[in-house]
Parts: sequence; structure tokens; C-alpha cells
Amino acid sequence: MNAEPKTRQADHPLLFELGSEGLDTAFTIATDVPAAKPADTIPAELLAEELPGLPQVGEADVVRHYKRLAHRCFSVDENFYPLGSCTMKYNPRINERVSAMPAFANLHPYQNDADVQGMLELLYRLRCDLAEISGLAEVTLQPAAGAHGEMTALMVVEAYHRSRGERRMKVLAPDSAHGTNPASCSTCGGEFVTVRSREDGRVDLADLTAKVDENTSAFMITNPNTVGVFETQIAEIAEVVHAKGAQLYIDGANLNAILGVTRPGDFGADCMHYNTHKTLSTPHGCGGPGAGPVGVAEHLREFLPVPQVVKRDDGSYAWVDNRPKSIGKVRSFYGQINVLVRAYAYIRSLGHDGLRDVAEKAVLSANYLAARLKNRYTMPFPPPYAHEFIMVPEFPDSGVDEIQIAKRLIDHGIHPPTMSWPIHHCLMIEPTETESPQTLDQFAEAMLEIADEIENDPETVKTAPHTTCVRRLDEVAASRKPNVRWRPE
Amino acid sequence: MRYTQFTQEQVKRMLTTIGVDSIDALFETIPQPLRLGRPLDLPPGIGELELLREVDTLAAGNRTCAEQVCFLGAGAYDHFIPTVVDAMAGQSEFVTAYTPYQAEASQGVLQLFYEFQTMVCMLTGMDVANASLYEGATAAAEAVMMATAITRRDKAVVADSIHPDTLQVLKTYGQQRGFEVVTVPSPEGVVDEDALAKAVDDNTAAVLVQSPNFFGCLERIDRVIDKAHAGKALAVVSTDPLTGGMFKPPGHFGADIVVGEGQPLGIPLQYGGPYLGLMATREKYLRKMPGRVVGQTRDTNGKRGYCLSLQVREQHIKRERATSNICTNQGLLAIRASIYLAAMGRSGVARVAAQCFDNSHYTAKEIAGLDGYELQFDAPFFKEFTVRTKRNVKDVLASCHDNGILAGVPLVRFDDRYSDCFLVATTEKRTKAEIDSLVAALKSA
Repeated sequence: MNAEPKTRQADHPLLFELGSEGLDTAFTIATDVPAAKPADTIPAELLAEELPGLPQVGEADVVRHYKRLAHRCFSVDENFYPLGSCTMKYNPRINERVSAMPAFANLHPYQNDADVQGMLELLYRLRCDLAEISGLAEVTLQPAAGAHGEMTALMVVEAYHRSRGERRMKVLAPDSAHGTNPASCSTCGGEFVTVRSREDGRVDLADLTAKVDENTSAFMITNPNTVGVFETQIAEIAEVVHAKGAQLYIDGANLNAILGVTRPGDFGADCMHYNTHKTLSTPHGCGGPGAGPVGVAEHLREFLPVPQVVKRDDGSYAWVDNRPKSIGKVRSFYGQINVLVRAYAYIRSLGHDGLRDVAEKAVLSANYLAARLKNRYTMPFPPPYAHEFIMVPEFPDSGVDEIQIAKRLIDHGIHPPTMSWPIHHCLMIEPTETESPQTLDQFAEAMLEIADEIENDPETVKTAPHTTCVRRLDEVAASRKPNVRWRPE
Repeated sequence: MRYTQFTQEQVKRMLTTIGVDSIDALFETIPQPLRLGRPLDLPPGIGELELLREVDTLAAGNRTCAEQVCFLGAGAYDHFIPTVVDAMAGQSEFVTAYTPYQAEASQGVLQLFYEFQTMVCMLTGMDVANASLYEGATAAAEAVMMATAITRRDKAVVADSIHPDTLQVLKTYGQQRGFEVVTVPSPEGVVDEDALAKAVDDNTAAVLVQSPNFFGCLERIDRVIDKAHAGKALAVVSTDPLTGGMFKPPGHFGADIVVGEGQPLGIPLQYGGPYLGLMATREKYLRKMPGRVVGQTRDTNGKRGYCLSLQVREQHIKRERATSNICTNQGLLAIRASIYLAAMGRSGVARVAAQCFDNSHYTAKEIAGLDGYELQFDAPFFKEFTVRTKRNVKDVLASCHDNGILAGVPLVRFDDRYSDCFLVATTEKRTKAEIDSLVAALKSA
């Protein structure tokens, strides 16, 4: 199904291979002020003698170019996208409509607060709603993405320790942690220590207890974790961490599974980040923009970034930066505002009942798929699962691996699941709550068909995908001898 | 509103397949005491129509730039956005796709990012570029961290004429990452080059300068870059990509890393974000550059194709040894910038640059001719400049605001030393009539 039509098969020219040298593009803007001579004020050394080599392409060809490029992308709007840990849910159209309203899209960040009261009220409501969802005391909307939120929260934690006269260098996280956790830790200058997981995929409490000490700044954990199970001992984990004065950090990547069911603040979290582009349905945009708000418990509030949006006693809204212990700014202006508007629209549309429904249907869908596939694929961890699960294809004599299976799914019009992480040879499957039972069944059928195919015709799987505009690409060569820009012949 | 799509019957059937009798049973691993046990304290869900009504009420509390005449800049500019940008960037294949890890299913956007990287190189005069960072300020901070890794030194010498947000972000990052930020004054609106040369020592990893700088002035990046290199530090230049339509790019003068805020390239003001962090560098530093990079390669049939390359630098492989923690970046904004540049072309970018220049110089001349106003600095500028007034800045701007004119950004917001100054930005969108109305409003303020 969904094999690409022939028109998409041809090698598509680069933008630089279109257009004509000397063509003047349509963008003339009538100027009615007297022309200024750059040479009168600008030192000759700085003035360009030739213009940058940008292409000159007519508008009709520009449109056709980007139309054709768009055709060569899988997307949630067109394809099932069970990409584990990424929560590729449907992105509601109404959110796009609201965020594009000129009243939100056409505001300058340095307009007076009085000019933007509606925007500030929206942001204030959003940060309060997010705090309620996590059970934490206060939220900053400033971080630009999940990893940026991680870094921000680690800085807040560090500032907290410093305020108590302590310098704590170690950050702990389980071996199943997202790669951004250790990277955020080292970006903050910390030393990263891995904590073992048990057979059942949950944190080994004994190993954690042995490793957490007075030099530990924070323990970062995703809950439900990346193998798709809830950390049942999270309260004990919090106790062990807090006993040494360290902070419990929740990576909010998997928040979708617990919306309205349980809250990080209620199971001991001191801080967490949210991924609006996962849990709150803001679109991924081929890799951003996301937003990574950070929530913290009471004792960390004073360290949050500035400025913060507040509601004043007179009912008006304002930015304030009078927080002397704040870590400062982590980006320019206030945040990924246009993304946050979408997140607000989503929370407001769904309400408390709709958010709880999200968690229930996400968990139902994941467990359903696991049940349908468990006879043909190995499930290394016992159910029930949260919103995602891990399975390992074991077809010992076929020579087929998880990557080939994932690529074969492309021929079924399905985006590959997350592969080979967090355990070797696995596929991590997250259907999300927005897929219909029919789509879930189609996916299950496709996986079962591929299992049959591995036994009867493994070559077809090994050489997949077969229906795309290019076949398997040489990614090793791309890294060894990088060609990362076009140059004129 | 709900976006789930299951009937009660279907739920029952699925539960039967799973082998449990209720959805609640699927949550049994969450200990009872940890469960919320009540609905979230949020209002119940509402439909689209109700949402639009509520949002309209919020929207009514905003007075947009389109309802006024906007001369605000200071890092966010009211440039014209060709219609084709929204139309093409709004295609849901781009909007709703993930980061293109699966190359075969993402050729379109991978090619697009390859083209984007190429155009960033063209505008900056550099060898290689990445596929975006968050925005201008964090891009500058990432560049400094990259320079500390390359030079194994830990000091950044920074012109204090850079955007104050950039300086603050640098300090926030520096405190954590352990690099020192030393600022060099800019008493004449551009960095004091002698002081800068003195500040560069054998522990200086990077010299960071922004041009046009926060005051709108053009720095002598040619000389600043030389001074950085004299101290064996890397020269990092933050720039406005549209200056590529008029000025020699930083790469021409030997800059090592060029960063910038890509917002002028077809990205709406949207109250400060999301914007677009640009980064380009020299070939030899490619592997030290943070962020995603797309490379051209071949498929098993020898056909041209594209994929994410140099991923060994990235956090999902290298974890704590990654060059940066950046994962999700600004894909859709890079797409917008690409389409903008494709639509404008070389001649369009040059024309926008020239029109910004003409408009701002006309505006500056007219304002400087008013009684009680003058230009604060003599340094050359591109599309923005600093005005000093003998009148009360707050009153002046309020008076213009009453006349529907956003006359400028008061500098007291950032620096008490310039409490009698405000920044005026004049993009290609401003007409002579609008500029004349600004001048008239300032005159009568």
C-alpha cells in the first residue's frame, strides 16, 4: 500500500540547478525615499563587490520545487508514525489556526506589556495549567526544546546546591536514559554516572543507592521509562535520592502515559521538563520548533530563569525579572511563543477529561499492539506497558535485523519505529492515542506479514525499502567524506 | 474536544485481546498512593467554536504591529514575508514530520536542509553550516562552547555591543560550563578595538562580536577578526543574514564561526519566538560544530540522495561525549528561511538590503534634523540606529504610541547609561509616508 507514484521516483534537481543566471525575481518593492549611497557612509573594505551566489528561480518553479520536496516526506498527516519516545500524535488543525492569528503571530517582543495583555494572560494560564498537570509549584516557559529544558533544570538544581554552599558534580541516570540526559549533564559541566536497570527494565534500586552520594546533584529518570514500564518504586527512588540531598529530575518525554493519572510532583519530583511537541501535540516540523518548559518544586522556584510572566494584584499581566537568585536567561526574548500558543489551545480544548482520555487511550493502544504481536516478536519486559513498548525480532537463521524490518515498514506506508535503543536489536513502538483501531490493526498485520516474509523471502526484507525515491543510503560514506553543501561546478 | 477515535465496543474488543477487563487494569503498576485520585484542576474540554470564542477574547487584549506602524527592532524585525513562504512551509508534510532520521522516508526535507546549509554558507561566506540551532543568542553561546573545545581555552572576549540577551545567555551558559565572559566596552557604539586587543590573552578561546551590533552600528569585523587571530583565538561573528545582500560576509575576512538570528528570513515576529539560530564555520571545524548536518550521499543503486551525517557527534550516539545536547532544533524555521531565500533570490535579497539601507538612512536624517533629537553614534549602520533625545524617552514613545506608531525600543530597558536613547529600525516595509508620520510624531511629542 501507499507505494509512491512514478513521478516521485525521478532524481529531483537541487534548487541551485533550477532557474537562470540573470533572471530577476519578482520581488520588487516600490521604494519612495531618496536612495542613500552606501559608499558615502560605509568603509569600502566592508562593501560587497559581488552578491552571494543565491539562485534566481521564478515563483512557479519555486512552488513546484517545494511541492515535490514535500511529497518525499513521511508525516503524521499522511502516515502512521509509531516512533517510540517521540509521541507522534495527530497535530490538531485548530492549534495551527489559533497560533497563526495575527493577534499572536504579529507581536513584537519589545512592545509594552499593555499592548500584549492577551498574550501574557495566555502564557500565564499555560504555565499554571502545566504546573497543575505535573503537580509542581511553578513552570518557566523559556526553554526552546526538551534538551534545552533538561539543561535549564540542571542549572536550576546547580544554583540551588550552590545557594546551600555545596558544589555537586555528579548527575545520575539509568542506562536506558535518553541520550540528551548525559549530553545535558556534560553541557552543564557535570560528571555523568550510569545506574543499572534490572531484568524487568526498571531501575536497580540497590545500584542507585550505592551510587548516589553527597556529590550527586540530581538523578534524572524518565517515568514511565524508555522501555515503556512505570517505575513502581519511584517513591523509594525519590527517598534514596533525597536522603543524600540530591534532586529528582523527571524527563517528561513520556508524560503522555500518565496525564491526569499520576503527577511527577506527587511521586517526589523536584523538577521536570515537558516536551510540548510530544505530549501537547505541537507539530515536530521536521525537527523543531519544539518547546521545553520546566516545572520545579517550591524550593527551586527562586532559581528559575527570568523573565517570568506574572499576574499582578490589579489583574493585569507583566514580565518580571526581580529574582536575584535566578540562573538568568537561557535564550533570547521569552520562549518559543508560537509553539506555546498551540500547547495552550490543546490543553484548553481537551480539558481535564480529555487529557486523562489521552493517557488511557495511549496506554490501551500500546498494550493492544503488544498483545497482537507477542506471538511472533519477543517482548523482553513483562506487561502491562505504558504508552510504548519494546520488542525484539528474533529470527535467528534469517540474518534479518531490526533495522531491515523497520525499513520494510516504509514499503507499507508506515514510518519506522525507534530502533536499536534503549536495548540492543529492539524496536520501540509508540502508537499514541490518536490512531484508530483500524490503523493499529493495519500495523499489526504489516508486522505479522513481515514476520512471515522473513521466513519465506528474507531477501525482500533485507533489501527494503523498495518503494521510495531512493534505496538504502550509504550513511557511512556521508560521514566519512562529508559533502554538506552544494558548490558550483 | 478529543482526538481519540474509539467506540466503547472497540475498546472492549481491544481489552479482550490484551486479556484485561478494564483500562484501569493497565495502570496497575502505578501504586495507589501515587495516583492523583481526582480530576486535574483544569476546566473540562471544549469544542472548536468555544475555543475560538475564548481565544478571540484573549486576542482582543493584544494590539498587533499590523495595527500600528512598527519601527521596533533590537533583534526582531518587521520584514516583509512573501506569500509563497507560508503557502509552501505550511504543507503538512513538512509541519508534521519528525527529524529526518529515516533517510529513505525523508528525502524531501533532507534535500531542503542541504540547500539551506548551502545558502547559509553563501550568505556568510563560510565553508559549512548546520541545519539550525534554537535562535541567535544560544547559537552564539554554542559557538563559544565550540571554540573552547577547539582551543582548549576557557575565556570569551565579548564586545558589549552585542545584544544584551546574547550576553546574558552567554553568562548563564558560562557559569555552568566554566568559561569566563569578559566584556569590552563600546563607547562610540562600536567595540573599542584597542581594549579588545588587550583583553585577548593566551587563554582566550573566542572573540565574539555582533555586526550590525545591538545599537545598529556596523563593527569593523575585518579588524576585529585580525585581532582575535593575533591572540590565536577564534573569531566568532554574529550577523544579520540580510546584510549578505550588501556587505562582504564575515567569511571573507577569515571569521572562524559565524552565527546569527535568522528571523529576518521569512519568520514572523511572533512575540520573540520561535526564531532560527544560524551557524556556519570553516571546513576544518565541521566535526566540532553542534547541531544536525545533512550530507549528500548515494543509495545502493548509485543514485544521489541525502541523509543526516556526522551523527557520531550527536547525543543519541555519543551521550556524555556529545559536542552539544541539542536534539530538537528549528527544522520548520529553517524550511521557512530556505523558501524565503529561494523566492527572493540573489536580486531580491540585495533589493531588500538596499531598501532597508535607504529607508533607515532617510529616517535617521529626518530625525536628526528635528529639534531635540540626534543620532547617538557616528558609526555606519544598516537598518537600525540609536537616537538620543533631550526629551523624556518614555513620554516621547508614549506619545507616538498614542498616534499608532511603535517608534522604537527604549535602551533604558537594558542599560541605564543610555536612558536618553532609543533604537529605531526601518525595514523595507516602511513607506515614506509612514516614516514621515514617525518624524512628525517625534516632533510633536
